[in-house]
Amino acid sequence: MLAIIDYGAGNLFSLSSSLRYIGVQNEITSDPCVISRADRLILPGVGAFGDAAASLIKTGLCPVLRREASEGKPILGICLGMQMLFDKSSEGGEHEGLSFIPGNVVGIPDTGLKIPHIGWNALIFNEKRPKSAIYKYVNNGEHVYFVHSFYASCDECYVSAYTEYGALITASSESKNVYGTQYHPEKSGETGLDILRAFCEI
Amino acid sequence: MITKRIIPCLDVRNGRVVKGVNFAGLKDVDSPVELAEYYGRSGADEIVFYDITASAEGRSIFTDILKEAASKIFIPLTVGGGINTLSDFDTVLKCGADKVSVNSGAIRNPRLISEAAGKYGSQCVVISADVRRVNGTFTVFSKGGRENTGMEAVEWIKRCVSMGAGEVVVNSMDTDGVKGGFDTELLERVCGAVNVPVIASGGAGCAEDFVRLFKELPDVDAGLAASVFHFGEIKINELKMLLSASGINVRIDKK
Repeated sequence: MLAIIDYGAGNLFSLSSSLRYIGVQNEITSDPCVISRADRLILPGVGAFGDAAASLIKTGLCPVLRREASEGKPILGICLGMQMLFDKSSEGGEHEGLSFIPGNVVGIPDTGLKIPHIGWNALIFNEKRPKSAIYKYVNNGEHVYFVHSFYASCDECYVSAYTEYGALITASSESKNVYGTQYHPEKSGETGLDILRAFCEI
Repeated sequence: MITKRIIPCLDVRNGRVVKGVNFAGLKDVDSPVELAEYYGRSGADEIVFYDITASAEGRSIFTDILKEAASKIFIPLTVGGGINTLSDFDTVLKCGADKVSVNSGAIRNPRLISEAAGKYGSQCVVISADVRRVNGTFTVFSKGGRENTGMEAVEWIKRCVSMGAGEVVVNSMDTDGVKGGFDTELLERVCGAVNVPVIASGGAGCAEDFVRLFKELPDVDAGLAASVFHFGEIKINELKMLLSASGINVRIDKK
């Protein structure tokens, strides 16, 4: 069973439906017992970093997530959920994240393009590291759906794929058993379903 | 590089797609869910459901349909039609919509935009404007194009964006239904005035109209159409091949 962490941030209907669609039993939960029992976790998120981090802290789940991460359970953060895996964010002041992956969340560099970055963009795999397990069924250059104004700036060793939006920005990241996608796999058509499928096989 | 998006729009009344649809391989389909699945498979980048139901009863059928669509189609879904309050936003978002398009509701109460953007984020709030030339001035119409608001269109759209709308659908009533191409004059004005994604609507008659749109106006992010897709006059997968061959960056689905 996969647990989708519910801390009141955003709409989890599509995410839960997409997992059910690929045959993965899942539960939307904030119950530490269910989270411990789950074989993998997804940390979703939309909205502003500060509000979401405050909501997550309020649930008291941060120590639970920390324990699960250190014990090696696969965790996938999506969009703002990925950003919260990093050390801190500068969105609307400075806010602390979970520090599962070293790096900071900063605004997309202003290159004259529209912000937020909304739409389908291509994955560019980081060739300096082996292909990520989440891309088992996906090829370099496939498109995924992004909606964001901030991105995770981190050492390239933690980047599994970039995307190009005026500059190269982190599309997905990972450190050991912790994975993150800036894009929404649950909104990225067949490619997105393949990414979720691969995560559920880790 | 970000791709140009192709968006089919389904008008739904009492749970069925308006104008029974008829195209090769799918006969007289009027189920919004089936049609949306078809478009999802054909390479649509996003789907718009526009609810033109008047009754409360029809409304609840619509949300059931939305839920079903959102549990089968995994690309972004935008919902519009009859969105007047924050609670309308809440209802459709909980049923699986990703974005909500406001039109007359924002004209009646512009604060709806800032309140919705504050609560759900700008990425979720789409302003849709029906625009027609009146004595040479681009003018906004409300209530499905029936009522002249007297407001100048570009100023209205700028105001909506400054209040938090994260995307703009520009529907030209002058080119709509004419099938002679998009209203590039109007779209150019809007693109020059705002820095959020602009979706062109109204006027597509053939695939080449989309090529011209993106070639002439590289700042336009997406093209939206309804009947030309529903009647199979333009097939989305073929349209995307044509766009790609014309040097326009589009997503070609893996299946």
